[in-house]
Amino acid sequence: MRKVLMKGNEAIGEAAIRAGCLNYFAYPITPQSEVAEYLSKRMPEVNGVFLQGESEVAVGYMIFGAAACGARVMTTSSSPGISLMSEAISYIAGAECPAVFVNIMRGGPGLGGILPSQADYLQATKGGGHGDYRLLVMAPASVQEAVEMVMQAFPLAEKYRNPIMILGDGLIGQMMEPVVFPDDLKTEPGNKNDWATNGMDFRGSDKRNLVRSLYLDPEVLNAQNLKLKAKYEQMKREEIRYESYKTDTDYQVLIVSYGTMSRVCKTAIDNLLEEGIRVALIRPQTLFPFPEAAIRQAASAKSCRVVMSIEMSMGQMLEDVDRSVQGRLPVEWYGKCGGDVPTPEEVADSVKSFLQKYSKE
Amino acid sequence: MQSEVMFAGFGGQGILLSAKILAHAGMEQGFEVGWIPSYGPEMRGGTAYCTVVIADKPIGSPIIRNPKHLVAMNRPSLEKFAPVVKPGGVILINSSLISIGSNRPDVDELAIPVNDIATAAGSLKSANIVALAAFVARSGIVDNEILRECIREEFAAKAKLIPLNMKAFDEGVKAAQKK
Repeated sequence: MRKVLMKGNEAIGEAAIRAGCLNYFAYPITPQSEVAEYLSKRMPEVNGVFLQGESEVAVGYMIFGAAACGARVMTTSSSPGISLMSEAISYIAGAECPAVFVNIMRGGPGLGGILPSQADYLQATKGGGHGDYRLLVMAPASVQEAVEMVMQAFPLAEKYRNPIMILGDGLIGQMMEPVVFPDDLKTEPGNKNDWATNGMDFRGSDKRNLVRSLYLDPEVLNAQNLKLKAKYEQMKREEIRYESYKTDTDYQVLIVSYGTMSRVCKTAIDNLLEEGIRVALIRPQTLFPFPEAAIRQAASAKSCRVVMSIEMSMGQMLEDVDRSVQGRLPVEWYGKCGGDVPTPEEVADSVKSFLQKYSKE
Repeated sequence: MQSEVMFAGFGGQGILLSAKILAHAGMEQGFEVGWIPSYGPEMRGGTAYCTVVIADKPIGSPIIRNPKHLVAMNRPSLEKFAPVVKPGGVILINSSLISIGSNRPDVDELAIPVNDIATAAGSLKSANIVALAAFVARSGIVDNEILRECIREEFAAKAKLIPLNMKAFDEGVKAAQKK
């Protein structure tokens, strides 16, 4: 496959088509509007549907409708738009339909700004909408990885009959990098007859498919929640992904960081090594399920003095890192969230100050 | 090896496009590349800047505060970014619009009347290509011929613009050699 230079947002749109997603509904918002722009041109070329909804609330339910019919469907948005879709996401999770949501995060809260941010970590991993549901959340750190994750997201959504979220920051959407597209997915949702309202005659079944999230009987609702919980436990067993960087050294500091921020950390780590300071990185590629065990193990290294959560948010992932380390080491935070991505120099300064603090004790 | 080039100027001067063509040429030559725009609330007539990173290993931080080189298409860009360029880099100054120098004795300063050359070549709109060609000829950051092919490819859908841009390319290279 030929290597092409593509903007993250456009590559995400192309990846959806190559994954067999022929339904894309969205409402424009910076910094991801190029996905819609790209697909408004490409979807008609492949006999797919591009539809700009009247609002993100409407788009959320269009996604629900298409998913209920057994179609591969995706939307993309940015932070405030995802908030508006969160009600529908909860319904889709409750009704066990597969769908892919992409959040190219911008600064918040409220309208915030349009520059890169990671401030929707808790919204993506802990809820956003109401009720006991989880999203499988994948966090790309390059345009190539964004493409791969989008293409993997559809089969995963179908495997779990659950919405998947790709959580990228504004830079992932706006940057251009070389991309090699994986082979097109030739598959259809193989299990769609389990839920899709595609007609009993059509699927040759005598079982009605009813897509719903309303269960008034408390015992039935409890059973439904237990069923959902079992799926999320299965995700924790089967879907955790992370990258380790320099963890085979006698590192003094362990950084946990994801997305664009993790790349800045890698450069900082390389620069610090030239000064004789050894730092390792765990980069979660899935934020839910979170690589707890890997972080705990990495934090058990004898040489390590402190664990740092470095994020473009005010200590959101810090809660998960802290939970993973289980008190073995101090856990500290560094980050910014106005849209100015911290530089490698700023990261290095922060690492040095914490290392100094904990080397004395 | 990693080099960073900042392209800066007014919105509408083709800053993002010339940066994209350079990134494309870097990729075709087998390098790792990144094209990182400033996507603040810029608009036509406002300032626009964009960084291209070219490296022989995977690119870490896409956030570059101190680029190795600068292509400054207007005066505010030169004033803002000349002080942050790394020593030893190239600073290309569009002397059609900029009457001052970079005040950086530790860099390779190249003043070229980019707008005038583009106008003489057929259209002011090709000023970004003149600047790109001159910068690449001087810095040697990518192969000139690969760059030429990438310019041709960029305009493939608007073939009637190819001769104009090829002329702009040649004139840009020539201007860099004269200095």
